[in-house]
Amino acid sequence: MSTVLIIFYVLSAVTLSTAFMTIFSRNPIHSAIYLVICFFSIAGHYLLFNAQFLALVHIIVYSGAIMILLLFTLMLMNLNKEDEVHKPRLTRLGAVFSVLATCGILLSIFLRSKPIMGDYDTTGEDYQSIKVLGKVLLDQDNGFMIPFEFVSVLLLVAMIGAVLLSKKENSAK
Amino acid sequence: MDTTLALVLILAPLFGFLLNIFFGKQLGKTLSGAIGTFTVIVSFAVTLYFFLNITETNQAIQVKLFDWIAISDFKVDFGFLLDHLSLLWLMFVTGIGALIHLYSISYMHDDENMHKFFAYLNLFVFFMISLVIGSNLLIMFIGWEGVGLCSYLLIGFWYKNQDFNDAAKKAFIMNRIGDLGLLVGIFIVGFVFKTIDFAELKTIVLAGTMNNEMWITIAAIALFIGAAGKSAQIPLYTWLPDAMAGPTPVSALIHAATMVTAGIFMITRLYFLFDLAPLVQDAIAIIGAITSLVAATIALVQTDIKKVLAYSTVSQLGLMFLALGMGAYEIAVFHVITHAFFKACLFLGSGSVIHALHNEQDMRKMGGLRKAMPITFITMLLSSLAISGIFPLAGFWSKDEILMTAFHGNPVLWVIGSLASIFTAFYMFRLMFLTFFNDFRGTEEQKKHLHESPALITFPLIVLAILATVGGLISLPGNSWLNHYLAPFFPNKEHIAHALGQTEYILMAIATVGALVGIGVAYAKYMKQNQVPGADATFTGISKVLYNKYYVDEIYDAIFVKPINALSNFFRDFVEVGLSAFVFGFGKVANELSFQGKKLQTGSIGFYLFIFVIGFCAIISYLFIEL
Amino acid sequence: MDNVLNHIGIENYIFLSVILFCIGVFGVLYRRNAIIVFMSIEIMLNAVNLLFVAFSTYHQDANGQVFVFFSMAVAAAEVAVGLAILVAVFRNIGSIDVANLKNLKG
Repeated sequence: MSTVLIIFYVLSAVTLSTAFMTIFSRNPIHSAIYLVICFFSIAGHYLLFNAQFLALVHIIVYSGAIMILLLFTLMLMNLNKEDEVHKPRLTRLGAVFSVLATCGILLSIFLRSKPIMGDYDTTGEDYQSIKVLGKVLLDQDNGFMIPFEFVSVLLLVAMIGAVLLSKKENSAK
Repeated sequence: MDTTLALVLILAPLFGFLLNIFFGKQLGKTLSGAIGTFTVIVSFAVTLYFFLNITETNQAIQVKLFDWIAISDFKVDFGFLLDHLSLLWLMFVTGIGALIHLYSISYMHDDENMHKFFAYLNLFVFFMISLVIGSNLLIMFIGWEGVGLCSYLLIGFWYKNQDFNDAAKKAFIMNRIGDLGLLVGIFIVGFVFKTIDFAELKTIVLAGTMNNEMWITIAAIALFIGAAGKSAQIPLYTWLPDAMAGPTPVSALIHAATMVTAGIFMITRLYFLFDLAPLVQDAIAIIGAITSLVAATIALVQTDIKKVLAYSTVSQLGLMFLALGMGAYEIAVFHVITHAFFKACLFLGSGSVIHALHNEQDMRKMGGLRKAMPITFITMLLSSLAISGIFPLAGFWSKDEILMTAFHGNPVLWVIGSLASIFTAFYMFRLMFLTFFNDFRGTEEQKKHLHESPALITFPLIVLAILATVGGLISLPGNSWLNHYLAPFFPNKEHIAHALGQTEYILMAIATVGALVGIGVAYAKYMKQNQVPGADATFTGISKVLYNKYYVDEIYDAIFVKPINALSNFFRDFVEVGLSAFVFGFGKVANELSFQGKKLQTGSIGFYLFIFVIGFCAIISYLFIEL
Repeated sequence: MDNVLNHIGIENYIFLSVILFCIGVFGVLYRRNAIIVFMSIEIMLNAVNLLFVAFSTYHQDANGQVFVFFSMAVAAAEVAVGLAILVAVFRNIGSIDVANLKNLKG
């Protein structure tokens, strides 16, 4: 067992268990904390792949921005009470059944597509350093420049929308 | 050059129609009438050019505009055929058309919808031209339907009167029956000969390779039904007398001179087909003769001046069909032309009378108009002499030729035709005496306003009367310009020349004496004894039957209209109820299903998500898992 | 440079991602708290992103990572708008229990 494999198993265990705890924790604040840990472990996976750029962006966006947003919302709503009622038994059974079905179907699809296992290509070429990714992302001719610009528009629209939606309605007064 | 001119010829009236229908109100009455007349005069001028051309070159002109329909080896071109027959026809269609347009300017001047009247007249001329110069049966059919439409529009021109609307509908429906026959005929011709182009058909038939006798006979029957509908032959003639509901210029143009002769035109166009179907020819001759006699007898007792002329038209058309049935096509054409002259003149004259009497059409309330309206009187007198067949006016020559042909073909038909001619002389002079002689029988008010019509009305009358007088010159026995002219159109026909032997002179004498007897009886009865037909209820015996037109309308009503009405009622009351229940059943089922389906929309997001996940699984398994 | 998959194997990442995704699906179906549902959706998104990166390494191609970058941007926008909606809903009906959101009922 190589060191890398051991790290993978440890990270995977952390990822899965915290994801599980996120869903099963009855206190939403706890869920949020578990989710942060889960996201960090996923960033660890990215680092394992040597995808430094994504790991950084992931930590900034998810662990930083999105989690802060979630926590603020939770505190705003004052939802840290454990007052949630469980769903009816039938619904829970249905949920378990459909999740198992999804899991089985997805796994069978991926495994039937028979990815080459064991011997993996190594071109030796640098394809994922921040420098190269930046070129791929912003190259005008065969890169992703136009989608990149559209993403900025999307974020702007989302920002305006969020402000507009969460604004207190003054018209009633 | 020829293409352009042909387009001008046909599109000028259409242009007039568009201008009048869209801008007629703004143009004002005089301008609208002037445009309508001018466009037809343009057509006439172009026709004249072509006509003079063809008399010199003797060459038919074929104009092909574009491929119209092409289905494997069956091709229909959109084109015109300007040959001897169609140019001859166009000459009097556009010529008389222009005169009648001119007449209408004055006649319709008091009508608020005058621009519409001219629009319809122009449209009629457009369709009539396309009927005549179409290079194949389909274009002729377009014109055929178009003139039917215009006839409907113009009969019902005074649409505020329900009787007129009914007359228009009757004409339209009667024509539809005939049109169906024509359409079936076209289908059969297309099926048998693989072409419907006149020139090609003629080539094929004259080559003599086609001996599919049964189908040709059926096609000829179907085409004859079409002709009978349009040209008002038994049993489809009842619409024409009712069509007199339209304004009088319409009666003159459409229901006397041009449209009703379309059937004769069509049969002459396809004479080579009818020559191959002798049975149908016999039927045509017999039907023509009977129509001629029946209509003439009805005309004997009618009191409405236009009804007399209408039945006279039916009767004359019957004579033309008699000639067609005898295979004497050029004689039928000859009679069509002379008839167009004198009948148009008679109708326009009656219009002049009606105009002077402020829309009085009943001859019992006329009389003594001779002094007040000398021009109308003289022109109508000439035309009446012409239609009665008095030497040497136009009608004498053409009618005589028909009777001679009938005599050589079948003496019985000759007897029938001669009887019809004698009746014709009688009822025409009955009309003349009742209208123009003795004392005026109308109201004092009308008497004060009696006047000769203005020049715009009398000019066409004079022109037509002159033509009715000298029109016979185009085909004198023994030296017929018309036969000579039409000879290239009938390449396989020998020149039918009645040698002027003893028989012919005797026949002529008999016809003339017959006509004189008819006139004499009319003179004795209506001039000498000054008889006036009594009120409607006073008719008895035969004259009652005749006055009620042999009750044909009533018989048709009982045989066709009432059963169809009953059938329709049955369908409405029973079949439609069942069908509705069936159709509405679909709606009810869909309604019920969606009502049940609505219950799935619980509004619970959890449930929606569950369905969503199941659906997701289903879709990806369908897409990616091959079973 | 050594390919990390030589030590771990792509199939392990497939298993990891699928299980993570299913945990997300389960959370969406099982919980009634709208914010937890949101978190579950984030978990599902991350499962997909992880698989993208794994296959990006598998093919030695940067396009997969670019795609992940875009999906992150979309996720950020989605969370911003979604949470704003939740705040508005909470303000209106005083709860974010999805069972209470039944106004869509036909």
